Amino acid sequence: MLQANIYVTLKKEVLDPQGEAVSRSLQVLGYQGVQEVRIGKFIQIILDSDDPEAASRQLEEMSDKLLANPVIEDFRVEIVAGE
Amino acid sequence: MKFGVVVFPGSNCDADCYHVIKHVAQQNVEYIWHKQDDVKGFDALILPGGFSYGDYLRTGAIARFSPIMPAVIEFAQRGGPVIGICNGFQILLEAGLLPGAMLRNRSLTFICDTVNLRVNRADTMFTNQYVKDQVLQIPIAHGEGNYYCDGETLKRLQDKQQIIFTYCDTEGRETAEVNPNGSVANIAGIINERGNVLGMMPHPERRSEPILGGSDGLDIFLSMIEWRQGVSMR
Repeated sequence: MLQANIYVTLKKEVLDPQGEAVSRSLQVLGYQGVQEVRIGKFIQIILDSDDPEAASRQLEEMSDKLLANPVIEDFRVEIVAGE
Repeated sequence: MKFGVVVFPGSNCDADCYHVIKHVAQQNVEYIWHKQDDVKGFDALILPGGFSYGDYLRTGAIARFSPIMPAVIEFAQRGGPVIGICNGFQILLEAGLLPGAMLRNRSLTFICDTVNLRVNRADTMFTNQYVKDQVLQIPIAHGEGNYYCDGETLKRLQDKQQIIFTYCDTEGRETAEVNPNGSVANIAGIINERGNVLGMMPHPERRSEPILGGSDGLDIFLSMIEWRQGVSMR
C-alpha cells in the first residue's frame, strides 16, 4: 500500500477571490505581514501498489484527467509512505 | 424535432427545460438518464442546470465522466446541436467541448438575479430568431459562473466570433459594473468553432413564458427548431 498526497492549486495567473477574502480577513485580525493567500485542495489517496514509480505515473494521470483542471489548476503529487 | 434533456444526479432544471420544449415550443422531448450510453434518435441535446454530483471536486468535473458523456461528445463532434445551460455549460467546459473553465464568482456569493445579455451574433443555430446586438433579460443563478480562459484563448474566441452572449447594461454596453461574476470580457455564453455547441450561464428556460416575466429565452429553442427545419428542407 502507498499513500499519496496531491496538492491542487490555482495557476499563478488565475485570480483567487477566496484567497483574497481570507487574506483581507487575516489582515483585519492584525496579521499585517500577510502579503498573499492562495487556497487550493489537498487530496489524500491510498493506493494498492508497491511500485512507487508506477504509482506515481498513475497518480499523475489521475490528477491530469480528473483531480485537477489543467486550464486553471496546477498539481503536485507526493508519495509519502508505504506500509 | 426531438430534444433530449440529459439528467444527471443533482440536475434541477431538467423539468423546466422539458416543460419549455414540450408545452411552449411544442416539440418532442425525452429525458436521457446519465447512465444511458447512447443518444440515437435525438436531434438536439440539452445539458440542464443544477448541481450534478453535488458540485464535488469542481462543478461538472464528475458528470463529465458519466456513461452518457461519450455519446454526447460524439453527437457534438458529428455536428449535432448541444446546449449546456449553467451546470450544463460547466460540464461542457470540463468535457473540453468548449474552451475555458469556471471559477468561483468574484463576489464569492451565489448570485440569483435577472441580467441584461447582449446577443453578439444572430446567424447561429441558437440565435437566428434574435437581432444582432439585441439586449435580452434572462435570469442567472450560480456560484461559479466566473468564466476564465487565457489571453490566447480569448483572442481566438473573439477572432472566430464565438462569444455569443455578454453581460451588458440596458443599452448593450459591456461595462465592468454589470459583470455579475467577474467573467473575462463579460462572457455569458460561447459556442464552439463549428457553431453547434453552445454553453451559457443564464437560464433561457426560466424566461420562456410571459407568466414568468418574459419570453426572451424562448427564442434560443425556437432558433434551434428553425435551424432544424432549414436543414431538413435542404
